[in-house]
Amino acid sequence: MKHILLLLPLVLSAAVPQQLRFAINGDPKMFDVLMVAESNSETIRYLTAGVLLRVNRTTDVPQPELAESFQVKEGGRAITFKLRPNLQFSDGTPLTAADVERTLRRALDPKSGSPTGDTLRAGDTAPEILVANPREITLRYKAPKPGIDRLFDSVGIAPPVQTKLPPSSGAFFVAEYQPGTFVLLRRNSHYFKRDAKGVQLPYLDSIRLDIQANADIALTRYQRGEFHLINKLDADSFDRLQKTQNNSVRSLGPSLDPEFIWFNQAPAKTLPEWKRAWFTSAAFRHAVSSAIRREDMARIVFKGHAHPAVGPISTANRFWVNAALKPPVLDTKGGLAQLAKEGFTLRGNVLRDKGNHAVEFSLITQAGKRPRERMASLVADDLKALGIKVNVVTLDFGSLLDRISKSLDYEAALLGFENVDADPSEEMNVWLSSGAQHAWWPAQKTPATAWEARIDKLELAQAAEGVRANRKNLVDEFQKIVREEEPIIYLLNPDYLVAVSPSLKGVQPVVVPPQILWNAEWLRFE
Amino acid sequence: MTRPATILLALVVVLGLAAPSLAPNPYDHQFRDMASASPQPGFPMGTDDLGRDRLSRLLYATRVSVLLAPSAATISVLLALLFSALAALPSRLVAWTLSLANGIFLSLPWIFLFIILRSKLSLNTDPLVSVTLTFALMGVAGWAIPGRAFTASIVEMKDAGWLLQARAAGLRPWRIATAHAWPHLWSLALAQFRILIPAYVLSEASLGLLGLGVADPMPSWGNLLRDLQHPDVVQANPWTLAPLALLVLVMICLESLTPSRKAAL
Repeated sequence: MKHILLLLPLVLSAAVPQQLRFAINGDPKMFDVLMVAESNSETIRYLTAGVLLRVNRTTDVPQPELAESFQVKEGGRAITFKLRPNLQFSDGTPLTAADVERTLRRALDPKSGSPTGDTLRAGDTAPEILVANPREITLRYKAPKPGIDRLFDSVGIAPPVQTKLPPSSGAFFVAEYQPGTFVLLRRNSHYFKRDAKGVQLPYLDSIRLDIQANADIALTRYQRGEFHLINKLDADSFDRLQKTQNNSVRSLGPSLDPEFIWFNQAPAKTLPEWKRAWFTSAAFRHAVSSAIRREDMARIVFKGHAHPAVGPISTANRFWVNAALKPPVLDTKGGLAQLAKEGFTLRGNVLRDKGNHAVEFSLITQAGKRPRERMASLVADDLKALGIKVNVVTLDFGSLLDRISKSLDYEAALLGFENVDADPSEEMNVWLSSGAQHAWWPAQKTPATAWEARIDKLELAQAAEGVRANRKNLVDEFQKIVREEEPIIYLLNPDYLVAVSPSLKGVQPVVVPPQILWNAEWLRFE
Repeated sequence: MTRPATILLALVVVLGLAAPSLAPNPYDHQFRDMASASPQPGFPMGTDDLGRDRLSRLLYATRVSVLLAPSAATISVLLALLFSALAALPSRLVAWTLSLANGIFLSLPWIFLFIILRSKLSLNTDPLVSVTLTFALMGVAGWAIPGRAFTASIVEMKDAGWLLQARAAGLRPWRIATAHAWPHLWSLALAQFRILIPAYVLSEASLGLLGLGVADPMPSWGNLLRDLQHPDVVQANPWTLAPLALLVLVMICLESLTPSRKAAL
């Protein structure tokens, strides 16, 4: 009898089904770890593909994974990995430096069109790959590569042969895929990682990702207990869920993702010179920024689940954010005074420039994105206090993208970024004046202003700087300039909201993708 | 039923036209401390998520939708009648061309035409101009659906005994068309008109996703109906159903006013 009682906890523990279920909003486009280009495939890649190193989402420090050690050399030009012994793919075939080399060469082959290759190349140049022995491999660039170690967080090691459901080098492998219905991942019994007691990870037997495009239905199924987590909740759903299942929702605080507006400063044919003169004036941009009631926006649009943004780096990014900066304060009078110095006059309820043009501009944003539509309405209403008329225009995403990146036929835009990494190099393509995504004036041949030239220098310098403290100083100065010039007027950082079943243990949700799933191999049910 | 329906319809039209006098608040004023408020004194139907008075917005929306959706439906029905009348001609080529045009109009993805229209319009286009053009385009693009019904009806009439009798009696074509064919088509035209109105109201709501519907802050039944996308929100705030209730009421009234084919004859 005593023995039976002693065994009871084990029996009960074994009885808990170790299958995690959650929804993804569409079919994954492919299972080839090197060809991933959309979020659903990205989630599956993260769960199935082994990587040489992983950036710890809680400490932001790269840690060895398939590599037992790695070393950045030659001032950031080269990196050497030493693989763990006896690594295997999920089908039991050995994983060696030759597999790593083959993966890297396939990714770097321009013919493959691999997005991973784009990340690994320096411009059009591929790094040199040197295999010293079956456990050691080195990559060498001609010049220092920004964040050379962090790059490998997203380079999954591919199996020798690509099949429909290829074997994996990570914690899980794709066992079954029913298009439009679900993707089933099973635990990789050859995975190298073990816990402190020597128990092989992952704890979960399987993960079922149900394909559910409708977020409302996914929420209902979560409430019924059919799903165990929702990796991103909007504010309305969070509040609704909080009323019924308070112990399962969590606010992770401000996200890394900012919402912002900017003015078109490019010399576009469709933009009259007098309007361009407004938009290139820092005083005009400051005045607009100072008239926006960010607290109202957070309270009304995000039900209080958002915080006024300080700049390009969120306060959630504790190490890199410039702590000296505070969110812009509401100061309509100050804004009007700045405008007056620039020759603007408020006559009646209409602001007029030196040429007697009434100040009016269109603000485009993404149609169907309710929070952005709402924010644009609030901005339009706020700017009435300055005598500025704003025409809010919602556009389908394709048209919007075309206007802001190709035709440049727009005046102002309200959008947001979804940052996938906390590293400040993440937005290089936005801040370099030559960048294709340099929002207010893309792909400049030479920097249009002295402050843009300074930002270019700071961005390149921080990317090449190896000493973290020195790099921080450069990043701080960059943030200060952005605040002084406000080429992008930052509005809010919405809070990151998630829902997790209380029965799921080992959860350490973070604001960096893939949020709840970043330590999937440690998750278990009790 | 005809009289109450007429009175109700007239009431809705008057409410819409008199919106500036009847609305307790400006339709675009944001009472930010009252966002998503329940019905209460000062806001008989509560406020939306930006704190705007729902009743005032509904009254102004009625003005936009009650004028523009029937106007677009009228354009569609008139164009359909015009083109379908060609089916009465003896030429096979005309009938074939008409059928082809009808098929093309029905099968074309008109959404692209609306996207092109939006791209050609200045971003600072007055919302009223934008919405008028949108409804006008909907009216033109929408002729094919009633057109098919009218053509079928006219082709059927060509072989009718009463038509042969009218011809044999020496009646002129114009007389046959106005005194004999028109009563047959009238009830069908009214039915098509009635069907098109809610279709255009809802299409306008969908076009809002392209930035072509009624632009915020101007309200319309279409963009007010977008608030109904989340069933649990509606359950918690049943007064958000008011625009839908008004639309259904107008549809019932129009249905009641549509004479049956038998009565028309």
